[in-house]
Amino acid sequence: MNPQWSRRHVLDTDDWSRAEIETVLDQSRAMVEVLSRPIRRAPALRGRTVILFFAEASTRTRVSFELAAKALSADVTNITATGSSLEKGESLYDTARTLEALGGDVLVMRHASSGAPYFVARRTSAAVINAGDGTHAHPSQGLLDAFTLREALGDLEGKRIAIVGDILHSRVARSDIHTLVPLGARITLSGPPTLVPAAWRCGQPPSGVTYEPDVDRALDGADAAIVLRLQRERQQAGLLPSLREYSRVWGIDVGRMGRMRAGAPVMHPGPMNEGVEIDAAVAHGSRSLIEKQVTNGVAVRMALLYLLAAGSAALLEDRA
Amino acid sequence: MSFDRRPFEARGLLVVPGFIDLHAHLREPGFEESETIATGARAALRGGFTTVCAMPNTEPAIDAPGLVAQVVARAASAAGARVLPIAAITRGRRGAELCDLVELAAAGAVAFSDDGAPVSDAGLFRHALEYSRIAGALIVEHPQDLSLSAKGVMHEGSVSAELGLAGMPAAAEEAAVARDLALVKLAGARLHLTHLSTAGSVELVRRAKAEGVAVTCDVTPHHLSLTDEWVAGSRTFAWERAERNRAMPYDANTKVNPPLRSRADVRALWAGIADGTVDAIATDHAPHASIRKEVEFDQAAFGISGLETALPLVLGGVRAGWASWDAVLAALTTGPARVLGVPPPKDDWIVIDADAEWTLDGEALISKGKNTPLLGAKLTGRVVEVAVDGDLKLNEGHAAEAVGAR
Repeated sequence: MNPQWSRRHVLDTDDWSRAEIETVLDQSRAMVEVLSRPIRRAPALRGRTVILFFAEASTRTRVSFELAAKALSADVTNITATGSSLEKGESLYDTARTLEALGGDVLVMRHASSGAPYFVARRTSAAVINAGDGTHAHPSQGLLDAFTLREALGDLEGKRIAIVGDILHSRVARSDIHTLVPLGARITLSGPPTLVPAAWRCGQPPSGVTYEPDVDRALDGADAAIVLRLQRERQQAGLLPSLREYSRVWGIDVGRMGRMRAGAPVMHPGPMNEGVEIDAAVAHGSRSLIEKQVTNGVAVRMALLYLLAAGSAALLEDRA
Repeated sequence: MSFDRRPFEARGLLVVPGFIDLHAHLREPGFEESETIATGARAALRGGFTTVCAMPNTEPAIDAPGLVAQVVARAASAAGARVLPIAAITRGRRGAELCDLVELAAAGAVAFSDDGAPVSDAGLFRHALEYSRIAGALIVEHPQDLSLSAKGVMHEGSVSAELGLAGMPAAAEEAAVARDLALVKLAGARLHLTHLSTAGSVELVRRAKAEGVAVTCDVTPHHLSLTDEWVAGSRTFAWERAERNRAMPYDANTKVNPPLRSRADVRALWAGIADGTVDAIATDHAPHASIRKEVEFDQAAFGISGLETALPLVLGGVRAGWASWDAVLAALTTGPARVLGVPPPKDDWIVIDADAEWTLDGEALISKGKNTPLLGAKLTGRVVEVAVDGDLKLNEGHAAEAVGAR
């Protein structure tokens, strides 16, 4: 067992120490090594059951966790539910009880309601990993973004990262803040004032974070940019005049990339709206780390599963 | 039978007039799984309230004289606090047509409110205020601009931003208070604003009163003691030193409308009690069956079960020196009586052990609503005896005759 690790659940990284974050990142590096072998499989979670409970549509994150669990030889069960628990007719309370009765070791869950993983974690003995809850947190995404940025930039101490887009509704932005700031990075948020929490715009931003409405100024000299998905519903909700105007004012194109430090990379949690928040030439250009994020995501999720569920089992038998 | 205060005073206990609650939800008819008039009236006694005003957001809403009469009849057999019915302002609380206010008042309604569904049509609300004058009854408004609070589930601020929960800005309340004050002046009427929760609202009322506007207001014990940090898991009272404690975030028992606000708002409410801007402390007792709270935070019902914890919460602020006990006691007794325009009942008495320490156990609550974020909290101050019309109803804190009747 790792002395820096005593967590039972991964619900949010907002109260994690730098040492805990680095433990996951170090463990992730070992997982990258496992994934680079001809047979991408380690026995560490043999005999353990990982339940993937996705109450909100997701393909990328669910598949990433599934591959991660299988690469560690865990048994994987999928419970997918479309729509909210209310539409489905079963309450989250009953679902939590059912999952408890099924007896998984790790429960990876995504849910449309902020805080839902806390609700379930209080009612189950399984280790719960939050794979995205409402507009609150997406810890594995924050950790994989930190891992990917460290690969590209080295130590993040003093590095300035711009996060651009719909901050208000973004669990990715929140988890990026709570992962990158403890590692020494400074964050500049940019996006329409209607899509940034008022408290963060008006004097009460989280530690290490500033807001700059002008995206060009936010990008000036930045060491990296994280571009967020713009949901089309935001325009219908009256938060934006039009997607076209959004794209002109906040969209990231090649010209805007030139404002950052030379060679500074761009990331996006996906799925992208090319031509809205990010130009295709940027998304698929040489400075894009977007595919790298997807690959690293599997390694980081393996690290989380291993730290939560492996107990004293060694990662690889030949090292045991 | 007449209540004898001397033996209690001899033991060093406080004997004061029975509390009057301007705002409680007793849920009957329609939501008897959450509360009944009988359980609510007994929970009121447990908290020291000998008179309690019942809000009309039942199913059906209390919008016809026969329904008012039913509430009065149920209350008469409840063997608890005196229950005064509040009737709806508009039919079905739908905000479209005025109820028969004169007939409702004649049937026993002491006030009118569409609480929780504030009348958003300003023209209709003006007419309600004007018409209420001939009915001789008071309009009680829950001030909230629904377009601003929208889908909010907690106070909008840095805590809601971090938790990723939709916020209800202070301005949603203050914009409604400002509108209502303008309409009171226009209508030449009287208005009572209930459960004010923000510094700005208190300031608006303070200025209006200075101008001579006929407005009164109340605040709740939970808004006087808890902050939005409680939604994030904190369990430190507003008068305690703030510390980051996120042990139990997203507890739906902290979800209430208006939402728990900031520390600065809490202090401003106390300043309003201290200088008399705030006329009354009312519980907004909102019991819910567990099925309405044991859900995702954004799906949970709003409300805190508050009748039985009011006293220790307000005593906390008194101990902190934020207002005098005399001011708090007035806000629980003579203040609400003045709002209702009635003399305080002559022979309602309660006995308080202000130093009694106790831990709140949900099962020990008389209310059917166990929905309070104070479950497990250590509280100081307890009501030990209650007399209504001179008759003792509690005995050392136990409502003996009430236990079997739930």
